[in-house]
Amino acid sequence: MQIDKDLVAASATPMVLAILAEGSNYGYAILKRVRELSEGELEWTDGMLYPLLHRLDRFGFVTTEWRTPPEGRRRKYYALTDEGHAALAEQKRQWVTVTRALGDVWGGGLSQLAVQGGI
Amino acid sequence: MESLELQIAEWRSFVGRQPAVGGRDMEELETHLRDQVADLNAAGLADDEAFLVAVKRMGGLDVLSREFAREHSGRLWRQLVLSGAEDDAAAVDNRWPEALLFAVGAAVAIQIARVVAAFPEEEPAWLFRNAILLVLPFLAGWFARRRQLPRRQSLVLAGSFLAAAVAINVYPWGDGGTTQGLATVHLLVVLWFVVAYAYIGGDVASHEKRMDFVRFSGEWFIYYVLIALGGGVLMALTAGILGPAGIDAERIAEWVIPSGAAGAVIVAALLVESKQRVVENMAPVLTMLFTPLFAVMLTVAAFAYALTGFGRAFDRELLGLFDVLMVVVLGLVLYGMSARDRSKPPGWMDRIQLVAVVGALLLDVMVLVSMATRIGDLGLTANRVAALGLNLLLLVNLAMTAWLSFRFLSERGTFHRVERWQTAYLPVFAVWAAAVVVVLPPAFSFA
Repeated sequence: MQIDKDLVAASATPMVLAILAEGSNYGYAILKRVRELSEGELEWTDGMLYPLLHRLDRFGFVTTEWRTPPEGRRRKYYALTDEGHAALAEQKRQWVTVTRALGDVWGGGLSQLAVQGGI
Repeated sequence: MESLELQIAEWRSFVGRQPAVGGRDMEELETHLRDQVADLNAAGLADDEAFLVAVKRMGGLDVLSREFAREHSGRLWRQLVLSGAEDDAAAVDNRWPEALLFAVGAAVAIQIARVVAAFPEEEPAWLFRNAILLVLPFLAGWFARRRQLPRRQSLVLAGSFLAAAVAINVYPWGDGGTTQGLATVHLLVVLWFVVAYAYIGGDVASHEKRMDFVRFSGEWFIYYVLIALGGGVLMALTAGILGPAGIDAERIAEWVIPSGAAGAVIVAALLVESKQRVVENMAPVLTMLFTPLFAVMLTVAAFAYALTGFGRAFDRELLGLFDVLMVVVLGLVLYGMSARDRSKPPGWMDRIQLVAVVGALLLDVMVLVSMATRIGDLGLTANRVAALGLNLLLLVNLAMTAWLSFRFLSERGTFHRVERWQTAYLPVFAVWAAAVVVVLPPAFSFA
């Protein structure tokens, strides 16, 4: 399944915020987590993550810090701020509303399909 | 392993050539690439295979640098990446004739008005009132063409100029009244905002574009001053050389100066739009030079006046001077913000800027107190209302700027907040200027 480009772009911010809400992290690991969460369905071009992270930094949603773990490379870690948490909550509200509305409209159809398919 | 290092070095130099990607970003991207290669190695891919896949996943270089350019537009507002450096020179050549057409249009319009008014023998007030109205529509028109403004927005643009022309000309102005002078000066501000509308392509909601216009205004000003200086030298030399030959240089100046000044408005805009590299090297240096100097001057002035008080020295001219000073400081601060690299943490320039803002704020408070007592003693006049309004607007702006800058410097706020506050505040100035043009004159019966 190819997810529409606009949809990928729209979900990028809440996705990154939500992953950072799990704990501070660096770019490559964030991308790996996105792949894992979406089971590989959300295909991002890796380079696109960084301008997004820098934008979140400019908005004050994240703070950054260069850290060198004992065994490993120097990496730039991003951590969610209080404002970032607030932004995530707001994003969540919006997405829940959208998915609920879609669910209501598709709800009957979905269960019917399930019955027909013998699931 | 060695060939991998070689490949990465090559990739580095390739990506590093993109002006939108900063050194620190480069490092971040490289770690990402190395992580990816390591993971692919672990999955059984050879170095060169892993490198190819990792680079592919990173995305195309043009798309990548466009995304970076979009986020770091301050680092790269020339956006050469988007057009390509080569065709940029060609694009400038294409733009010249069109811009010149508009520049000549402005020059001719002002010249016709001058001849009709028989300036400088006669000095009719309508000429001064309308001079700016004869020039800025050409600038706005040029932007409307360049931005391919849609029909509806073009109508709004034309309507604004028309409304301004009506507003400034229908009132029964008395001779030499102050309200007329106030309206003329504030009309300039209003019309500059109308030009802004054309510049940002009618996209008034975009704070990024508002900031772009602030940056444009600063750079336009620099170019305009440079052109004016050159023109001044040219006119002085002309007078010196042609005078002895029996040619009246003053007659030449009558023709050249108004048209030159009008045409230069559009030429300066063209230069800002097309020769950004030049001004980009110059403008930050000028701000770096003058922000500290203004900070020192403002601090000294604030202390001096705090000790001596304004007292009798505080007359009308001084008041006007203070208004100019504070507008200049705000302009400097605004321009400094627009040219700042947003990804940088707070630095000494931000601290100096805060000193300048606080100095201006203190002076503003003192001016306001002194003005309030003056108004209490002598009553309201059009001049005092205009000055009072401007000082109050500046007070609110500077106070909030100081607070947000302080939060930014103590790392409890972001620079984005300071920037956003300024761009959100811009329309307030426009509304106030429009009110001085439209409401103030009748309120003081055109005195």
